[in-house]
Amino acid sequence: MDTGPDRAVTSKPHVGAVRSGFAPWEDPQARPLVRFEAVTKRFDGEIAVDAASLDIHEREFFALLGPSGCGKTTLMRMLAGFETPDEGRILLDGQDIAGLPPHRRPVHMMFQSYALFPHLSVARNVAFGLRAQGLGKREITDRVEEMLALVKLEGMGGRKPHQLSGGQRQRVALARAIAPKPRILLLDEPLAALDRKLREDTQFELMGLQHSLGMTFLIVTHDREEAMVVADRIAVMRAGRIAQVGRPAEVYEAPANRYVADFIGDVNLFEGRVEAAEGGVVRLGSPEAPQGFTGFVETSHAIGSQAWIAVRPEKMRLHLDPPPAGPNRLGGRVADIGYLGDWTTYVVEVAPGRTVRAACANTARTVERPIARDDAIWLTFAPDAGVVLVE
Amino acid sequence: MRRGPSAFNRLSIALGMVFLYAPMALLVLYSFNAGRLVTVWSGFSTRWYVALLHDAQMLEAVWMTLRVGLISATLATLLGLLAAFALTRSGRFRGQTLLSGMVYAPLVLPEVILGLALLLLFVSLGLPRGFWTVTLGHTTLTLCYATVVIQARLSSVDPSLEEAAQDLGCTPLRAFLSVTLPIIAPAVAAAWMLALTLSFDDLVIASFTSGPGATTLPMRLYSQIRLGVNPEVNAISTLMLGVVGLGVGIAYLIQRRMRTRSS
Repeated sequence: MDTGPDRAVTSKPHVGAVRSGFAPWEDPQARPLVRFEAVTKRFDGEIAVDAASLDIHEREFFALLGPSGCGKTTLMRMLAGFETPDEGRILLDGQDIAGLPPHRRPVHMMFQSYALFPHLSVARNVAFGLRAQGLGKREITDRVEEMLALVKLEGMGGRKPHQLSGGQRQRVALARAIAPKPRILLLDEPLAALDRKLREDTQFELMGLQHSLGMTFLIVTHDREEAMVVADRIAVMRAGRIAQVGRPAEVYEAPANRYVADFIGDVNLFEGRVEAAEGGVVRLGSPEAPQGFTGFVETSHAIGSQAWIAVRPEKMRLHLDPPPAGPNRLGGRVADIGYLGDWTTYVVEVAPGRTVRAACANTARTVERPIARDDAIWLTFAPDAGVVLVE
Repeated sequence: MRRGPSAFNRLSIALGMVFLYAPMALLVLYSFNAGRLVTVWSGFSTRWYVALLHDAQMLEAVWMTLRVGLISATLATLLGLLAAFALTRSGRFRGQTLLSGMVYAPLVLPEVILGLALLLLFVSLGLPRGFWTVTLGHTTLTLCYATVVIQARLSSVDPSLEEAAQDLGCTPLRAFLSVTLPIIAPAVAAAWMLALTLSFDDLVIASFTSGPGATTLPMRLYSQIRLGVNPEVNAISTLMLGVVGLGVGIAYLIQRRMRTRSS
């Protein structure tokens, strides 16, 4: 994928991993497939979506992530045509689609309830959109066969939806939505009804399918792991507003504000005042650590202003012996240990009633000096492991 | 685990059944009586059924009842479908509870009052009373029953089914016809059967709204009984029992099939 003119090589380290050079959103010339322009929607005076602006590019797997009631489903339903924006515009291929009813939009949706037609066989369900398009009989049969093979349901065409398992129904719903080749496929919490193991497998299958079809997918989910696994980019939503848009690694490693930091995984927040800023690293004075904290920052902050350092638990280092004095150093007592097999989470009480989380990958099967509850312990983190947030 | 009802429960059930069905059993029995006297058994015969076939007035009433029933049941089912759809699919709106309450009110409204109201309406509109006024009256009477039956089914249908059909390229009307209607078809059929049955055995509304030359079967029976009960009345009543029983039975079977299919 050509991303336009060569960009200057910067010394700034990359945030997280970059996936296969696919980044049309970084090209200012690129025309997005879908553009939300300051879209606002109210229900009975209650604001559901608040001036949301988003660009979704061709062949992108885009996730709308947020807690229930944040407006993500409403945003998606406006694209499908089931809700009308009160303000703002939605463009598809550069065209305002406000006047198009749902049945005239080249946008198909996979519903959370799957919405399979109970009176029709699997094959007739998959053929539904093709029949509405008025394709020939032969063509429909071929396409249905192709779709059923794609979702690994060969030979199931004659069954009724109630004769299928939950996972199979999910596949039928998917096949039905992609059969008429939509410009963009909308997935409303597509995996919420599946159990954990099946959900994880299906996530990878969805990615593979999206890649091999070259189709644009928009997924709505409240599950941050799901969004991080499948999506090229994530829009984190909060109370109708878009809090941040970015690659999974960007929203995780460089959250825009405390809300995003907290919603995308566990985080430790340390409050303080900016004492110095040089070369992308800010020093914060804080009563919590004797020599303060340092953290990575992109924008400049005024000396003396209030700020927070956000540090992910896995970026905390644990020390059984006191480390040399310096910034980013906390002493405490182990209050709780959560053993997860692959990871262990330590809850460390650094002051009465104030706990900090640290997570360690269990890279070895046995340890020489195991950490126990009530052990005295020290925590440190690298100078740029924390992110400075002001909101 | 004990099986079956206790002796006390058995007795109560038996008493209840006798109370409910003894009069009808007697009616059916005497319709096969050979003699002219209704209360004296004088041997088995089907002569009163044969006599019915030659009673032109009675046959005319049967035909009238059938026409009124078929047309009013169809009208009531169509209107009930629209009402049920409006009540379940338009979301919350002001006065929704009041409106659905008003749809159901005729279920408990005394029929005499409904009949009187209809009569006043037809008179003030200057409509000549006869076949059509009875049909309209029966439509009014059975509409709420049809609405209740259809609405019960419609409210359990996932609204996203229709959205999915529209999303896949169907106009709202086509989505309704190709997805919602087939799914609720058993309820629509049951509603129609119920409306037909109710129209068949209605006497009160028909008496208020009919005119000369538009005598339904229940009206005909009632007027005959006032002149004295004869076994022919028993015979036609038995036939009516059979038809109504069949109608209710079919409606029940359709609804049961609908339940087992949806579960």
